[in-house]
Amino acid sequence: MTGSARVFGDDINTDYIVTSRRKRESIDPQFLRAYIFEELDPQFAASLVPGDLIVAGKNFGCGSAMEVAVTALLGAGIRAVLARSFSRTYFRNAVNNGLLPVVCDTGGIREGDRLIIDGGRVLNDTTGAIVPAEPLPPIMLEIVQAGGLVGYMVRRQRS
Amino acid sequence: MPGKTISEKILSAKSARDARAGDVVICRVDCAMGTDGSIPMALDYFAAMGGRRVFAPGRIVFALDHYDGSGPTAALHTRIREFATAQGIRVWDVGEGIGHQLILEHGLAAPGTLVLGADSHAVTYGAVNAFAAGIGSSDLAAILVSGEIWLRVPETIRVTLTGAFLPGVYAKDAALALAAELGAGGANYQSLEFTGTPLPLDDRIVLANMSVEMGAKNGIFPVEQISDPDARYAREIHLPLDRLTPQVALPHRVDHVAPIAQAAGTPVQMVYLGTCTGGRVSDYHEALRVLQAGGGPAPGVQLVVTPASRTILDALTADGTIAAFQSMGAEIRTPGCGSCCGTCGPIPGDRITVISTANRNFKGRMGNSSAEIFLASPASCAAAAVRGAIADPREWNP
Repeated sequence: MTGSARVFGDDINTDYIVTSRRKRESIDPQFLRAYIFEELDPQFAASLVPGDLIVAGKNFGCGSAMEVAVTALLGAGIRAVLARSFSRTYFRNAVNNGLLPVVCDTGGIREGDRLIIDGGRVLNDTTGAIVPAEPLPPIMLEIVQAGGLVGYMVRRQRS
Repeated sequence: MPGKTISEKILSAKSARDARAGDVVICRVDCAMGTDGSIPMALDYFAAMGGRRVFAPGRIVFALDHYDGSGPTAALHTRIREFATAQGIRVWDVGEGIGHQLILEHGLAAPGTLVLGADSHAVTYGAVNAFAAGIGSSDLAAILVSGEIWLRVPETIRVTLTGAFLPGVYAKDAALALAAELGAGGANYQSLEFTGTPLPLDDRIVLANMSVEMGAKNGIFPVEQISDPDARYAREIHLPLDRLTPQVALPHRVDHVAPIAQAAGTPVQMVYLGTCTGGRVSDYHEALRVLQAGGGPAPGVQLVVTPASRTILDALTADGTIAAFQSMGAEIRTPGCGSCCGTCGPIPGDRITVISTANRNFKGRMGNSSAEIFLASPASCAAAAVRGAIADPREWNP
């Protein structure tokens, strides 16, 4: 997976990713994609290119467990989030929707860096740096590979 | 092998295997709750998973607590009620209260049970010795299909409470002090186990409820299920209750905490008493004592009372507390989540400063990103109402 880094800081809570107020209007990711990160940067959604990668510091997705904070990013064409750590509900919801959560040292990544996620490591094509990524436990990898918990459950019921 | 923590014991029993911290296990769920904030997506996913009949509908409960049924929320309430009726699922309708409070009032969380809620504050039920954690809508859908969930068994941080609270200091102050010590992600993926000084239920609820603000998977008190003496802990923290003073979380972070003296004098225009953290009978009694000792709220202060449940509202009505608040000009709102996350109830106006008994003060949390939100105990919130500015509640303590 390859994409440009869109960099945020520590403790980005789910209300900053998408507000409860917007969610009250609709949970359709194609509606919510226009409002992602609006509390932090009202211009962000318009500047996003599908395939961009969200890069953050520690505790990404803290606060509410609302799953639209994952599906709104998927709706905007984001396939992975890289962070030093995630809140556990965000991590679960990401896995369960097939959004790849990558735990790695994001300290050297700058806005716009070209990143390549390659199995157990992240290559920064702009700086040449390579950082290891924490491996996902087997069941979580299986769920991500099934595209999320829906695909995983459908597969499990068939077998 | 070393002994087990409470969390390892409960998850071992629910997965029928020897579950240890770090293992990922499939568990049988005793009870799962969804809210109007999380159920609609879960119903979409239930259908996408090929779900037809809900597995064990008696173990599922739906709470309509985040929205009041106005505007676009009417249709989603209708959809939830229709699904619940068709599947035989219990619904707590608008006005009955916050799902987390109702789980406790209805006795659906018991010692040793696994209770999950599709809302982050489901950690609240650890107050009664359940393993309780927040989940998302996908997880709720999978539970509706299968009655099971995958869980990583958490490592445990043991928090030992010593001494007793001094007058004017409460469980909320302890929770804020702990948030300051651990930080907003300091207990990520981990369990917080509270031992030491035995606390009354309402105090245990506050600490269990706020454990998610430190990132914890669950916060649990020993009641029947206790840890083995040789259980392994990832970390040990001591929290001397008798050394605590009133605390306040400053905008816009729950772990941005200071002794209340440091914020004293900050003018406030809205005082919010409610939520799953601070909307119980004892909370309103503590707040009312300060308000009465101080002669009621200062002019220009909007005082909002939103009890966590109808049962609490009824008890406060019966004992005269509601009448006393009304006589001071307080707004009494329908029980539920209210203004906490800005989805119903009064929204703070532009550049308003709020002090609230709630659990989160992120920018925009109450529906207006220009508002500043401070978090404190009910007594401290009442003191701010009296002064019209943040103040130490001990000024009005007998």
